[in-house]
Amino acid sequence: MAELILMRKAYGEALVQLGRDNPDVVVLSADVSNSDFSYMFQEAFPDRFFNVGIAEQCLIDVAVGLAYCGKIPFANSFAFLLATRALEMVRTHCCYGEANVKLMAAYGGISDSFDGPTHHAITDIAIMRSLPNMTVVVPSDTVAVVRLLPQVAAWRGAVYFRMNRNEVPVLFDHTYEPQIGKAVDVRPGKDVTLIATGLMLSRCLEAANVLVSEGIDARVVEIHTIKPLDADAVVRAARETGALVTAEEHNIIGGLGAAVTEVVSDAYPVPVKRVGIPDRFAETGPYAALLDRYGMAVTDVVRAARAAIAAKR
Amino acid sequence: MHYHSESLIRDLSAKAQSFRIQALKMVYNAQSGHLGGAFSVAEILTALFFHHLRLDPARPDWPERDRLLFSKGHACAMLYTAMAYRGFFPVEELMTFRQLDSRLQGHPDRVKLPGVEMCAGPLGQGVAIGVGMALALRMDQPKPSAVTAPSARASRARVYVVLGDGEINAGVVWEGAMAAAKYRLGNLTAILDYNGVQQTGAVADVMPMEPVVAKWEAFGWHVQEIDGHNMGEILNALDRADEVHARPSIIIAHTTKGKGVSFMEYDNRWHGMPPNQEQYERALAELEEGLKAWQN
Repeated sequence: MAELILMRKAYGEALVQLGRDNPDVVVLSADVSNSDFSYMFQEAFPDRFFNVGIAEQCLIDVAVGLAYCGKIPFANSFAFLLATRALEMVRTHCCYGEANVKLMAAYGGISDSFDGPTHHAITDIAIMRSLPNMTVVVPSDTVAVVRLLPQVAAWRGAVYFRMNRNEVPVLFDHTYEPQIGKAVDVRPGKDVTLIATGLMLSRCLEAANVLVSEGIDARVVEIHTIKPLDADAVVRAARETGALVTAEEHNIIGGLGAAVTEVVSDAYPVPVKRVGIPDRFAETGPYAALLDRYGMAVTDVVRAARAAIAAKR
Repeated sequence: MHYHSESLIRDLSAKAQSFRIQALKMVYNAQSGHLGGAFSVAEILTALFFHHLRLDPARPDWPERDRLLFSKGHACAMLYTAMAYRGFFPVEELMTFRQLDSRLQGHPDRVKLPGVEMCAGPLGQGVAIGVGMALALRMDQPKPSAVTAPSARASRARVYVVLGDGEINAGVVWEGAMAAAKYRLGNLTAILDYNGVQQTGAVADVMPMEPVVAKWEAFGWHVQEIDGHNMGEILNALDRADEVHARPSIIIAHTTKGKGVSFMEYDNRWHGMPPNQEQYERALAELEEGLKAWQN
């Protein structure tokens, strides 16, 4: 069993390191800094931290103003608030106006499980992905957070960085060198490709092990950058394995599954099965149990893989 | 406070009136645009662009420039006019307003048109964006010392936000207002173009905002009230606002929507309606008559 590490703590530490490395980095909060761990930056650099109160629209606009004057603002709030309450500000200024704002989306997916559907973010990827000039990045573990965050800071333009609230399995070691916009081959295989983002990568690796016992050789690919999607990697997987499964902690509408389907339908049509939340709101409960209940169990991935393979030719 | 000569005031007032004529031609030509709020803000923008702001049209990205955030973006016919005559782009380009391939988009686009500091049109956002800019500019200032403090302050870039009165219906305006006070942003000045009329009627009917002065004071701002068509009062108020330290400042400028054209004044229908030929000719004649008053 992989070691479990709290992703938001890894984020807080990575943010402080970023602050040390780059004096232009500033951090903004809408008063949840002890939830998302951006308080660690506040303790290290109090003059570069701004808490605008419970005002997410103001959070983005203030970040926009800082960005237009050359700062690199990291605006922190819950994923659902950034993607819904603050959306117009994100669209008009970060995307249309090209403000170099980094949206740090805490509590992605249903990871804030006990707070319930009001606090779950199951439409954020679809929303953010549909905006021109937006980049969408979802780290799968704490190593990915540490490796990707400096790239987010250096990336030109708005980035939506979606994180998990909880302790997550550590999947990668020091050899992991992700690049924004590039898929990562995690496990070789020839019968089907499991394309995963975020926490679902660990569940896809478990599913691949289950599939071995059925004689199915599943490839696993990590997509940490949902936009711009690594279309070449997706087409290669379609060509070489002939069937795809996408897995994400998100509505099956509009997210990774949709992005992958769009690419293969244009370039190399193969069966695609989408694992995610089946277009409904979840409920309150323990995180792992909610994932299992709402369409994101390991068995859901296994079933989808079988179905995708069965649908070949 | 600086002394403003009678000739300066007359010159700027004449400019503002001539800009109304230009904006009228643009909206008539495009058969699209917002004249009422463009006419009410003419003197305010003229005072800013032609006297008060520190800027260099040849270097729209000069880091030391003052920032003008035109939050009431729909009235951009006047913004574009002031910018063109100030030298940001050729005056001839004004007649491309709202046409295909133009940099003069229906609402201001900071990417297409250098010198525009924010995309605007979705109302209410200039104050909070101004807060971010004022914070950034303050962070970049040299730390005050006994030797450098007075002169450094005199040369510091400031942020100016031009607001409409209808747009202060929006909650994010007040979120930004609170943040500006919290961070004691003495380098931030807002000017409220208080023409009393918004898209579907009088502000007092649509969403009563009074007491406006008391609201801003309660939010921790320094407040001045002026006649927003009186150039001398505008110039004095801008100077006074610059002298306010450790808190943001707002100038409540009482204006007339559709100012200068008798049948447009106070009438919400001219918020976003282009004139037909007969209306255009009448409006042009009235504005030209008004211009003569400043030229004699």
